[in-house]
Amino acid sequence: MAKTFKGKVWKFGDDINTDLVIPGYAVLMTLEEQLPHCFSANRPGWVDEVQPGDVLLAGRNFGVGSARPIGDVLRGVGIIGVVAESFNGLGLRNCINAGLPPLPCPGILDAFDEGDTAEVDWTTGDVRNVTRGGSLHGDPIPEGLRDIVEHGGVEAVLRSEGYLAAQ
Amino acid sequence: MNAIEKILAKHSEQDVVVPGDVVVVDVDVTVQFDHARPDVTRIANPEKLVLVHDHVVPAPTVQAANNAKRLREFVDRFDIPNYFPVGKHGISHVVVAEEGYALPGQILVNADSHTCSSGAMNCLARGMGPSEMLYILCKGQTWYMVGSTTKIVLEGQLPERVYPRDVIHYIPGQYGDFAGRNLEWHGDGLSTIGIDGRLTIATISAELSAEFSLFPYDDVLAEYLEGRAKWPFEPAHPDSDAEYEQTITVDLSSLEPQVVLPGKVAWNSKGVGEVAGQKVDQAFIGSCANGRLSDFAIAAEILKDRQVAPGTRMIVTPGSQEILKQAVKAGYVETMLEAGAVVTNSTCGACFGGHMGVLADDEVCITASTRNFQGRMGSPKASVFMGSPATVAASAVTGVITDPRDL
Repeated sequence: MAKTFKGKVWKFGDDINTDLVIPGYAVLMTLEEQLPHCFSANRPGWVDEVQPGDVLLAGRNFGVGSARPIGDVLRGVGIIGVVAESFNGLGLRNCINAGLPPLPCPGILDAFDEGDTAEVDWTTGDVRNVTRGGSLHGDPIPEGLRDIVEHGGVEAVLRSEGYLAAQ
Repeated sequence: MNAIEKILAKHSEQDVVVPGDVVVVDVDVTVQFDHARPDVTRIANPEKLVLVHDHVVPAPTVQAANNAKRLREFVDRFDIPNYFPVGKHGISHVVVAEEGYALPGQILVNADSHTCSSGAMNCLARGMGPSEMLYILCKGQTWYMVGSTTKIVLEGQLPERVYPRDVIHYIPGQYGDFAGRNLEWHGDGLSTIGIDGRLTIATISAELSAEFSLFPYDDVLAEYLEGRAKWPFEPAHPDSDAEYEQTITVDLSSLEPQVVLPGKVAWNSKGVGEVAGQKVDQAFIGSCANGRLSDFAIAAEILKDRQVAPGTRMIVTPGSQEILKQAVKAGYVETMLEAGAVVTNSTCGACFGGHMGVLADDEVCITASTRNFQGRMGSPKASVFMGSPATVAASAVTGVITDPRDL
C-alpha cells in the first residue's frame, strides 16, 4: 500500500459511532449486504454519493462504540483513508485491522471544506489541502503497526501465514 | 508504574513501559461468542479459550442459528473445554466474571467493546474487532498502545437511590470522553461499591472511549474471587510513585441520579430532575452493564406492589442464566411479573436492538443498558435516554422519566 492517499473529502462531526456505520439490524449481514446501510441514520443517501478513492474526515472520538468492523465497511464503500481530530481506540484498531489507513490529526475539520481534495501521508502525518492550499500535521500510528495496514489488514497477514484455510 | 502499565510491562516482558509505547503482549484469556470461523486451521491456546452464546440467544433468525451452529462445530473440532451452550449461556462479560475466568493482573480479550467490564476484576481487558480476535485466537498475542492514565478517586458513600451507574454517567457529563486514555479507580469510596457496581462502572467506561478501566485488587475483590477463580493469578498494584496524567476526585455523597440524553455519552448527562416528566414508551433493564442480581433487587424493590404505567412497557433481561435462576429464587422475577413487566431469557437482546424489545419510530426509551446512540435499540427515529436501574424502574411505574427518590 502507498504511503500517501489523495481524494475528495467528506466531513463528519464529533462522536461518529459504530452504530451509524453498521446499524444494529445489519450486524448479522455479510459485508456486501451491510454496505448500503452505512450512515443511513445520520446521512441517508451518502452511500450512493461516495466514490471509490474518497477520504473521510471526522471530529473527536471517531469510531466510539462497539467492536463492529467499521474499517471493512468504510473500505467497502470506497473510502481510502480516515483523518479525524481523535479516534476511539477500538475504532482506530478496526481501521488498522481492515487495512484502512487512519490518521489522528487535530485541526483537520477547520482545514477543509467538504469536497476539497486532501493529500495525506499517513506514515509521516503530513496533510495538505490541495484545493485551498495549506497544510497541517497529524500524529501517525506507530511504525510497528503500519505493517498491518500495508499488508491490507489482519486477515491478509493470517492467510499469508497459513492460519486460515485457502478460500 | 501504575497498575495498568505494570500489567502491560509484565506481559510484554519489559521492565518498564511508558505512555506512547506500543507493546506486543501475550494474552492470558480469549473469549469469543455466538459464532466461529470454519476456516481456522490451528489455534494458540484452546485451554484458555472461553466460548459463549451471548448476543442473540436463542437464535431469532436463520443467520444467527447458522452462526451458533458453527460455534458448536468449532467447539467439537478443537475440543474446547470452557464452553457455555444455550441453557448455560449469558452475556460473555457477565459469564467470565461469575465463572472466575477474568482474573487480577491478567490480560483478557473478547470480540465485544464492553470487554473492559473485566477491569472490575483488576483484569486488563478491552474489546477487539473480529479480525484481530482471529489473530489472537491463532497466535495468542496482540498489541496495545500504552495510553496515559487518569486516576479517579472516589470518596465517601453514595446517597440512597444513587448508584454506581450514576457515577459513570456523571464523569463523562463533567469531563467528556477519554479517547486513547486509561482510567484507574482509587479511593476509600470503593470499599462501599460491590463487585456488581464495579462491573457497571467498568463496562460503561467503553462509552467514555477509555482504553482500559482498572479497579484495584482489594478485600472486596479478594472475597469475590475466593473459590471462584479458575486459575492462579497475581494482582497488579500501582507503585507508590506511579504517574498519572491527572487526578479526578468525586465526592460520592454529593451525587444525584444522572440521566444521559439521547445520541452520545460525552458531555451529555443531566441530573434526573432536569429531564423528569419526559414520557417513555419503553423501560429496559439489562445488558453487561446492569443485568445483574443487584440490579434485579433494586428494580424489584421499586416495582413491589406497584404497576407499570399504562402506555409504557417494561422489559428486564438478565445477564446470565445463573442470574435468572437467582432472581427467580429471590422472588424478584415474580415481583416484576406481578407489576406487569416482561422478564426475558438472558442475552444482549434489546440493548443492541437485536430482539426482545426493539423500538418503533418516534418512541422514547429509558434504559439501564449500554448505549444511547441513534438507532441503537431499533428505529433511528427512536430516542434512548439512559439511567440507573432505579431511575428506569421508577420511570416505568409513572410512565415518565422520574427521580427514584421521589417514589
